[in-house]
Amino acid sequence: MSTLLGWGFVAALAALPLLFPDPYLLAVLTSAGIFIIGAISLNLLLGYTGQLSLGHVAFFGLGAYASALATLGFDIAIGFGWRLVVAPQPVWLGFLAAIVVAGGFGWLLGRLAFRVRGAYFVIITVCFAQVLRMVALNWVELTQGPMALISIPPFSLWWPGEGWIALYRKDQNYWLVLAVAVLAFLLVRQVVRSRIGRALVALRANEPLARSVGIRVTHYLVVAAVISAGIAGAAGSLFAHYVRIVDPDVFLFIYTVTMVIMVVTGGKGTLWGPVVGGLVFGLMPDLLRGTAPPEAQWIIYGTAMILFVMFLPRGIVPALVRRPS
Amino acid sequence: MDQALQHLVNGTVLGGTYALLGIGLTLVFGVMRVVNFTHGELYAFGAYMTYAAVSLLGLDFYLSLALATLLGMALGAAIEFLLLRPMRRADIDSTMLVMIGAALVLQNGEMWAWGGVAKLIPNPFPGTPLVVGPVSVLPLRLFVLVVSIALLLGFWLLLDRTRIGMAMRATFQDPETAALMGVRINWVNSATFAIGSGLAAAAGALLGPVFMVSPTMGDLVGLKAFAIVILGGLGSLPGATIGGFALGFVEEFAGGFVSTEYRDAFGFLLIILILALKPQGLVPAKERIG
Repeated sequence: MSTLLGWGFVAALAALPLLFPDPYLLAVLTSAGIFIIGAISLNLLLGYTGQLSLGHVAFFGLGAYASALATLGFDIAIGFGWRLVVAPQPVWLGFLAAIVVAGGFGWLLGRLAFRVRGAYFVIITVCFAQVLRMVALNWVELTQGPMALISIPPFSLWWPGEGWIALYRKDQNYWLVLAVAVLAFLLVRQVVRSRIGRALVALRANEPLARSVGIRVTHYLVVAAVISAGIAGAAGSLFAHYVRIVDPDVFLFIYTVTMVIMVVTGGKGTLWGPVVGGLVFGLMPDLLRGTAPPEAQWIIYGTAMILFVMFLPRGIVPALVRRPS
Repeated sequence: MDQALQHLVNGTVLGGTYALLGIGLTLVFGVMRVVNFTHGELYAFGAYMTYAAVSLLGLDFYLSLALATLLGMALGAAIEFLLLRPMRRADIDSTMLVMIGAALVLQNGEMWAWGGVAKLIPNPFPGTPLVVGPVSVLPLRLFVLVVSIALLLGFWLLLDRTRIGMAMRATFQDPETAALMGVRINWVNSATFAIGSGLAAAAGALLGPVFMVSPTMGDLVGLKAFAIVILGGLGSLPGATIGGFALGFVEEFAGGFVSTEYRDAFGFLLIILILALKPQGLVPAKERIG
């Protein structure tokens, strides 16, 4: 898709709250947008490195918890009678903390998981998210466990002439998510077009060959994992300050599956794939609301995944755009 | 010491059903190269079918267990025919995505059909535990252990003594050579997936009356089945049996002596450690993994 068309699309989305100031529509688009950011980050691993990472929600959840805890402050025992006390920090610092923490865990998981491939890699990533969910459920002193972290402050931004403003309104949050989504998209595009991206595509196509011409396969995979995890962490932070409550269910496998469906149906390994898939599956729950029970939504998601993989394995975007991206 | 003995008994009971789950998953992976994400849903399906037969149709308890297992096999055969047969030439990741989609459909289908409220399956066993020395065990749990071991033995006999068992072992080792030797791969795949699903459904039918039956019961169990299989070495049948009992013991002992809250987390931590340190598992299968 040409650059001009892309920016036109972004401009249309940015103008939307001015044309249709419907809070319900904006709320739906905002939560879809947060998942689209997650899908964009997952696409870097799933689409460009070809590694089926099914623990992606771990980074999203880590970001949400890191950001929420940094802005709420916490006071925990760390053994030997010592306590770690963190006073409440401003939200932008929480946002940074989310990226750093998620990225750090991305590095850790990358170092561990990229020692293996295929089914083994998939299972290690799934288990990783599951362990984090158990920790979030049981480390009550830090996370409040199933009682959830509540009263998380909304995102705040510095605005010329206004000073620091807290984003309570729907349209403000919508623009914030749109801005982060555009940044995530541009970052992934930059990575894909760089040396890193070419290395990733080479190893996706033929790993032994890539290795044999001197590409440091594991190094590049870990770099991709860190970037991808960092972006997912940012999405988690946006989620925490938008919904303003975080509980251990942010680590549920089903959210990873949602992001995977967005990437696979949209077109993995294409820049616009996660955006297109994300819009379709991010908006679908709300189109179905009232006409079908919530289970029906997931049944449709599952069926869509099966049908796409079987009949349109490359996804919507490559089917529309003939030119290879 | 007494407490350790009690944990040993509990771990064995748990391990028996875990071994059933692990073997089903390994069999499917070994023969078909499919990472079966529907395994946990088949487990839930087995439990629900038992509930339906006992509570709604008023059938005999033992008959219901057998019926649930057979229905699980039928569902497995249907999944194989509809989804896996067309995907035979596809890569392992695509097949995995299809199976995740199928698991999503099955789980939410169950939620739709049965509602979110957990169900209790009545059973004919007395509620008072049998006490032998320092150890006590509920008769129902003992029954579960005996049946699991019987099923494990039956499965080994099937694999070792029958023609279809031989065909499965051959396909397990090398599908192409097996096909050249006249093994009908489609037929072996159907039988494999049906038996694997049947084992999962049987585990669900057996544990359903011990715990409660709910639509999400398959989630954790499906992941634990992966843990068992990794523990034993993906694609190794003796490994899956050992892995099943090992996970049962780890959960019981770590849950009893280290931390009850993290009981379910130990299995997953164990997998990550094993994959990081010794990715070929406890009983390595002959296969490239890295």
